[in-house]
Amino acid sequence: MAATEEVTLLDLWASPFGQRCRIALAEKKVEYEYIEQNLADKSELLLRSNPVHKKIPVLLHAGRSICESLLIVEYIDETWPSPSPLLPADDPYARARARFWARYVDDKLFDCQTRLWKLKSGEPAHEQAKEDLVQALTTLEAELGDRDYFGGEAFGFVDVALVPFTAWFHTYEKFGGGVAEELCPRLVAWAHRCKERNSVAMAIADPHKLYDFVLYLKQKFGAK
Amino acid sequence: MAVGGDELKLLGMFSSPFALRVKLALSFKGLSFQYVEEDLRNKSELLVVSNPVHRKVPVLIHNGLPVCESMVIVQYLDEAFPGAGAPFLPSDPYDRAVARFWASYIDEKLFSAWVALFAAKTEEEKAEGTKQTLAAAETLEGALRECSKGNPFFGGDAVGYVDVALGGFAAWVHAFDEVHGLRQFDAARTPLLAAWLARFGELDSAKAVMPDVGRLVERGKMMQAQAAAAASTAATAAAKTS
Repeated sequence: MAATEEVTLLDLWASPFGQRCRIALAEKKVEYEYIEQNLADKSELLLRSNPVHKKIPVLLHAGRSICESLLIVEYIDETWPSPSPLLPADDPYARARARFWARYVDDKLFDCQTRLWKLKSGEPAHEQAKEDLVQALTTLEAELGDRDYFGGEAFGFVDVALVPFTAWFHTYEKFGGGVAEELCPRLVAWAHRCKERNSVAMAIADPHKLYDFVLYLKQKFGAK
Repeated sequence: MAVGGDELKLLGMFSSPFALRVKLALSFKGLSFQYVEEDLRNKSELLVVSNPVHRKVPVLIHNGLPVCESMVIVQYLDEAFPGAGAPFLPSDPYDRAVARFWASYIDEKLFSAWVALFAAKTEEEKAEGTKQTLAAAETLEGALRECSKGNPFFGGDAVGYVDVALGGFAAWVHAFDEVHGLRQFDAARTPLLAAWLARFGELDSAKAVMPDVGRLVERGKMMQAQAAAAASTAATAAAKTS
């Protein structure tokens, strides 16, 4: 239907959630307009497109808005099923497992990393955040196992969901979360493999630039 | 009826709204299943093995394969049992995104407001929890108006994905109102939701699996008492150390 209509992405350069959408759009070779948002002074367009949460990313397509990164990625996969199908078409069980693990990234990994930079170093809650982060990375490492990608042989939904967070490994280390190459070597190798794809290389943040950005976030929003 | 050779087992807990969503989905699809009530203070081997990551209910085990997370299970049922009645999710990608959005909202905003209310130790915290709960209800009222397009359900004239998502909480809405003296889906403030709640509760497939509200009220009161006890213990401990 509306596959050829105009596509716009409201996003923020550093957002791993926005990067998921950029990767999915690139995988599907969909042309779109990228509009960088200023979250300190939200645009009329953003407020109108996501009145409930007022957050990025938001995908605008055929005059309608789709919010929440994983929902956007599923929407992109369903609207442009090829090339590069992200969820396997004929395997409900594999689809369920992919959705489960994508949610795990949001519920566990993102939650830990937020506590890691927000909370005061040395406090028990910060120590807990470090432990929880290690646990999350170890769990993801075990789930990946010996496979090339989380879905098996092809780059897919969980890979898209997780790969933007690999740019955060450097930040995790700086905040005492441990060294990724020691904690989760398979994930590190998997991240390199994913970055060979143009869609990923173009989307994910530079780890050092990201760390500087997180320092700014900590100064602005972190526990005093 | 179960499709030939399909074995469905649901690990749940009577008061879990998330497990109830799956029971509702199975009931609406006419799928028979074996139900296992878990004691979450003493989790079964099967639960731990089937959901090693979270060790939570619900878990649906289909021919020995576990599926976890309530709305992931609901989508799985749509996809694995295409012959079992109309799917909960519509076919259009945009409509699917909208349905998933509102199901997600129910967890993120409505449920978390309830958690805040249950955990509230001070009058201030209770007031904040109440405010959040009522705000979420109002937003959902708008969602129902948009999604239903004048029909009885979020899914239109038949129960859909968001109806199942909210349906899991239907019995708790009544219990919660009783425990906290609220009127969340109030006929004056949120008329569509109030009508939805009554209508949903009357459906045969819903009635077949809904828990007893009285039991939920008891549980809710117990949780409230535990929160109060924890608060006074903390207050006493704080007083001793200051």
